[in-house]
Amino acid sequence: MGLTKKDFTLLIIVAILCVFAPFILNPFPEGSAMAQFNAGYPDLMQRLVIFGIFAIGFNILFGLTGYLSFGHAAFLGVGSYAAIWMMKLLTMNVIPAIVISVLVAGLFSLLVGWISLRRSGIYFSILTLAFAQMSYALAYSVLTPITGGETGLQPKYTDPRILDGALEPGQTPRANLFGLDMKQSFELTMGDWVFTFNAGYYVAAVIMLVAFYLSIRIFRSPFGMMLRAVKSNQQRLNYTGLNSKPYTLAAFVISGMYAGLAGGLLVAMDTQVGAERMFWTASGEVVLMTILGGAGTLIGPVLGAGFIKYFENIVSKINKSILEQWFAFMPDGIEDLLITLVYPFIGKGWHLTLGILFMLVVIFLPGGLVEGGQRVGRLFKRKKPADDKPDGKTTPAE
Amino acid sequence: MDAIILQILNGLDKGSAYALIALGLTLIFGTLGVVNFAHGALFMIGAFCAVTLSRILTLSHTVIDETQKDFLGNPLKVDVPYIYDIFGQATGDVIIDWAVPLSILFAIPVMVGIGFAMERGLIKHFYKRPHADQILVTFGLAIVLQEIIKYFYGANPIPTPAPDAFRGSFDFGAMLGFDPNTIIYPYWRLVYFAFAAVIIGAVFAFLQFTTFGMVVRAGMADRETVGLLGINIDKRFTIMFGIAAAVAGLAGVMYTPINSPNYHMGMDFLVLSFVVVVVGGMGSLSGAVLAGFLLGILESFASMAIVLETLPGINQIIIYLVAIIILLTRPRGLMGRKGVMEE
Repeated sequence: MGLTKKDFTLLIIVAILCVFAPFILNPFPEGSAMAQFNAGYPDLMQRLVIFGIFAIGFNILFGLTGYLSFGHAAFLGVGSYAAIWMMKLLTMNVIPAIVISVLVAGLFSLLVGWISLRRSGIYFSILTLAFAQMSYALAYSVLTPITGGETGLQPKYTDPRILDGALEPGQTPRANLFGLDMKQSFELTMGDWVFTFNAGYYVAAVIMLVAFYLSIRIFRSPFGMMLRAVKSNQQRLNYTGLNSKPYTLAAFVISGMYAGLAGGLLVAMDTQVGAERMFWTASGEVVLMTILGGAGTLIGPVLGAGFIKYFENIVSKINKSILEQWFAFMPDGIEDLLITLVYPFIGKGWHLTLGILFMLVVIFLPGGLVEGGQRVGRLFKRKKPADDKPDGKTTPAE
Repeated sequence: MDAIILQILNGLDKGSAYALIALGLTLIFGTLGVVNFAHGALFMIGAFCAVTLSRILTLSHTVIDETQKDFLGNPLKVDVPYIYDIFGQATGDVIIDWAVPLSILFAIPVMVGIGFAMERGLIKHFYKRPHADQILVTFGLAIVLQEIIKYFYGANPIPTPAPDAFRGSFDFGAMLGFDPNTIIYPYWRLVYFAFAAVIIGAVFAFLQFTTFGMVVRAGMADRETVGLLGINIDKRFTIMFGIAAAVAGLAGVMYTPINSPNYHMGMDFLVLSFVVVVVGGMGSLSGAVLAGFLLGILESFASMAIVLETLPGINQIIIYLVAIIILLTRPRGLMGRKGVMEE
């Protein structure tokens, strides 16, 4: 496949993790006190891989070229709108929806990139932010006939859908892959454990693996080297007589297409779109994912996306009564104290935890979780030279 | 003509807020070279200083009032603010009524303190790191600050009215000789504009006419040489950071009657303020002020019904559109100097 041994191992590890995610993410038996930490339900698993794609794409731009875009959510949103229109007009099959979402997002990012990349540094960030905010504002107001404005868009019974046959009365349009319903799940009960295998998740996971493979190839290609050269010193690159613009533009468009792909997949899994998907906090979130995982590394963005989406869903579900259960074994006074101390950081306070975590990562671990893993790995190595790597996740990706 | 004047006036208050925040951003950028994404959060904290003070002033204890009876004839329980006990009822009422302007006094030390803490505790360690890192860490800080405020004050906007004397509107048009009732303008917005003008004037005067300001300006131009002259420029820059924080905070304090403060108001203003700074020219103080008012007024012109009919939705995007055009045609912004953040 044109990969070095190390990259191939990494790809295989990611593939195995994806395939067995329903087991790995469901380590606790159903109904036990720890069951709320289970993430093996379809909706969350789909989000994990889809935002993984989004972050992988963002990393191709930010990690390689160092251009910090604050407007990537716009491409995700545009991709989502394109996909849902495909579903409304053509067919509920996800393939055309995903293809068109990638294409439209690619075209849009070509336009935005062509203009924004005239500047670099903070100006580039502001320009992309401005474009994204403009798209958001337009989607919310003037473009309501196309975007559905505040209510957003869903496939309706009355949509034309020229390739699909007419729906029976009472039947709802469902996203499918040649008849395989995306929401279809197979549940496997093993003792106390229930594992859910969801069709949509596996479709998304396969696409994520392809996207990941492509990103490895880009990272290792001469094109990827050129992008790294842009990051380390663009001026010198220009002095050697090279025009770096086509390279950065290509990187921008590629990452825009990844974002569009993620948007299309979001629609394929959950057939609805709203403009809030393009708000600038959504762009901020993908920046967080990439930095948290480790910008410029292969596996980092996937880890970051997984980490953030997992904790967003799990931590924000913990409430006061669950906390009381946890600390019930403590003496009363200490229990109350602990609950008051921890309470602001859970449930609705999840963003506080995220913000603190993010600051700590930027301050102490600029390389993100991957660098953290490497440091821990080195620590173990020094003690036991024979012991190679503590686990697969800390494999140096670069 | 009257419609044009009305739109200019409408643009002034938003423009004032943009100008004040952008001024602070530019001060920080010009002195410390740091891109501060947490500046919107400072604006928001300023607004919540006003909320806090009005809550402190209305702190009450319950007493049984023998003179008032409920319908069963029992004495009524009445909440009496502590401030009545200190100053008496008449003065107490006035103080509570003037809570927002009084918050200025309260906010200055708080904001300067927060500014010092931020600079010494966090930003100091980021001078040598790339701009992207500075953006990211202050972005994280902004999230943290806004979540802390949300934890203590809740997610809903908290109405904080202006003093009674400044509530309501007046007929500005009649004063200028137009027909009555053509230009109706709220008092407080005029107060806000005057306040912003005073603050902006004070900051400029401080930089222009004091020795301290002269040293700071010299430091902005060439930090190293000023350091070589034996001047502790870092200390002065820290003070400037405190001042910038106070400017943002005061902008927030006075903005509360116009728009009830909520925890994400800072972020809403921040994005626009950055656009303002970039349009004005990175590092140019007068550019920031000029661009702030200009964009505020442009925004209000774009929301005129007549404009919206021809270009629907233009009011939502005008600022970004102008920013894109300016950045592409005048890369340094309106008044940017050569060599400052060229990249």
